[in-house]
Amino acid sequence: MSTITSEALAETTLLRFATAGSVDDGKSTLVGRLLHDSKSVLTDQLEAVERVSVSRGQEAPDLALLTDGLRAEREQGITIDVAYRYFATPRRRFILADTPGHVQYTRNMVTGASTAELTVILVDARNGVVEQTRRHAAIAALLRVPHVVLAVNKMDLVGYREPVFARIAEEFTAYATELGVPEVTAIPISALVGDNVVEPSAHMDWYGGPTVLEHLETVPVSHDLAHCHARLPVQYVIRPQSAEHPDYRGYAGQIAAGTFRTGDEVTVLPSGRTTTITGIDLLGTPVEAAWTPQSVTLLLADDIDISRGDLLVPSKDAPATTQDVEATVCHVADQPLTVGHRVLLKHGTRTVKAIVKDIPARLTLDDLSLHPHPGQLVANDIGRVKIRTAEPLPADSYANSRRTGSFILIDPNDGTTLTAGMSGESFAAPEPVKGADEEDGWDF
Amino acid sequence: MTTVATVGTGGEGAGGAAEPYTLSHLDALESEAVHIFREVAGEFENPVILFSGGKDSILMLHLALKAFAPAPVPFSLLHVDTGHNFPEVLDYRDRTVARHGLRLHVASVQDYIDRGVLRERADGTRNPLQTLPLTEKIAAEKFDAVFGGGRRDEEKARAKERVFSLRDEFSQWDPRRQRPELWNLYNGRHAPGEHVRVFPLSNWTELDVWQYIAREGIELPQIYYAHRREVFRRGGMWLTAGDWGGPKDGERVEKRLVRYRTVGDMSCTGAVDSGADSIEKVITEIAASRLTERGATRADDKLSEAAMEDRKREGYF
Repeated sequence: MSTITSEALAETTLLRFATAGSVDDGKSTLVGRLLHDSKSVLTDQLEAVERVSVSRGQEAPDLALLTDGLRAEREQGITIDVAYRYFATPRRRFILADTPGHVQYTRNMVTGASTAELTVILVDARNGVVEQTRRHAAIAALLRVPHVVLAVNKMDLVGYREPVFARIAEEFTAYATELGVPEVTAIPISALVGDNVVEPSAHMDWYGGPTVLEHLETVPVSHDLAHCHARLPVQYVIRPQSAEHPDYRGYAGQIAAGTFRTGDEVTVLPSGRTTTITGIDLLGTPVEAAWTPQSVTLLLADDIDISRGDLLVPSKDAPATTQDVEATVCHVADQPLTVGHRVLLKHGTRTVKAIVKDIPARLTLDDLSLHPHPGQLVANDIGRVKIRTAEPLPADSYANSRRTGSFILIDPNDGTTLTAGMSGESFAAPEPVKGADEEDGWDF
Repeated sequence: MTTVATVGTGGEGAGGAAEPYTLSHLDALESEAVHIFREVAGEFENPVILFSGGKDSILMLHLALKAFAPAPVPFSLLHVDTGHNFPEVLDYRDRTVARHGLRLHVASVQDYIDRGVLRERADGTRNPLQTLPLTEKIAAEKFDAVFGGGRRDEEKARAKERVFSLRDEFSQWDPRRQRPELWNLYNGRHAPGEHVRVFPLSNWTELDVWQYIAREGIELPQIYYAHRREVFRRGGMWLTAGDWGGPKDGERVEKRLVRYRTVGDMSCTGAVDSGADSIEKVITEIAASRLTERGATRADDKLSEAAMEDRKREGYF
């Protein structure tokens, strides 16, 4: 980091990404290597790792200790939960959601992938695409992570042979494309030796693509706003009621999708009232236009009833409101989700009462088979649910908008976050395919 | 095919901030933090910002001011006063509170010691003594959301911390029973007596904080910049002489050019040798540093491998 000037750093962009890999794929080594070779591990952290490694009688510093932060994790040598790591290069800042590959993988990977713009899926070159790889690909597809990197690790153990890599890359890409993953970049690496992680490999002349870090630095993070529906969940109404601002009434929120401009005609959902944007305040500074994910305050022409939980949308592009939400969900809590369960549903800034009307199907990620009417979903299950809400919701399809198509279910009794939800019809495949059984309408 | 973002073939997209519809990393972090402040304002009855006069809490207040402009910040401030403060920091605190018309609560460690509820430690360090005054103040004032300036890059136990972190009626943190955080849908549900610790700077690094302070022209207490100060060496750190207990026999006071990377209790916050007397120089120095800020300057984290985790479990930040 010593070569980075402050001016250059202040202008870099931010990439959020997640890693996925099973226990022995070398994920910790890859993460350690990325942090270490990008010089993001500082001396005192490395010394602490060396000290503990020596005291345990290990020969080399155990880079996994850099990422295992809790007492229980160090004691048991396991990773309990998602951790977030930070590193930087002259081109970009990175937030890495480091998700453990252990038993609770599905909910942890869903948590990490929900905010990620890119997922790195590791496979062991000796084993190729295995069940776990397909599971990771399916979750990346479900969560609509825009970019997927397949890191074929341990190339050193297969003689750095191109055909081994090509076969795995081909098999994975075909599978991921079928699931609807928009982009796959396959990179042959050895995390242990350092091939193609930060530095290009001297062992694989046949590979002409980027290293993992190079790809992370250059993958686009800008949004294609031309095709995005603009959405602003109203978080808070700002009313100073001061001598200086007696009539100021602004609707504050983080733009969830698309662009808003002054002069745009907007509709308030669910009430359906319509007005015009007269001003946009970007944290105290007036601007003409603002886009996702900026936090802004909108000023409107008419004094209509708008409060926290409402959604502001362009009048020409409003989503339908509904009290019957159909969604794909990942159950993240230990207590099961059952038909008839009374829950709270948080969508954007709105929390409403809801009831689970039906659980038409549960998905087995291993072979992507569907189990009809499982009766309940338990921790780490992915399934389809039908939910009736007490008030109409303007839910987009998750396929069109990750922010306004997503929701969480909350237990009203103890506040537990139960379930991650993605509303809309089947979306994992590029084109929805209706099965013979129209009721399921889901094509995994 | 419907996709949510532009699709590149890998390796040719430009990462520069000049692209339309991208945000610089500082703008992205700012937007996220403002979103968190507004969520709390919208969902909680009685939030409070922990304010120590250190750079992270100063940054939090700055972000809160922007989040609700032109209206005032709808939160009060809480200072856990160890009684071993740097005078420059107390002065900064009081000027800030007056300037923005804020309400300040103080939880005083000295009061607890004077009343005999807490006992001074042999090493003079008061950081571990902050937990009881803090948690009792939270209970007494019925704060239901408590903003802290903790960042996940500071320490590995903090890397596991959620943005919304539920605490039980004893303010305890249980890292194995945390709510998953999905998208930006924060779950602030809590039972009476419980509260939520909120960390809007979770995703910021030390360097981000300094770059943002530079960009926004935020004033800091002068001890963050290089100045001549009487210090003595203990446990590999330069500590400031003071009533709290030092120097002892064999510890020699000398005048050195130093600055602080963190500001906490005087007894355990060390200064670093530095000639960085401007914010540009501080940023250059941090970008080149091979030590984390806590590794360099915090004695309390060196007490054991899990010192931070253990204190957090009890209710500390």
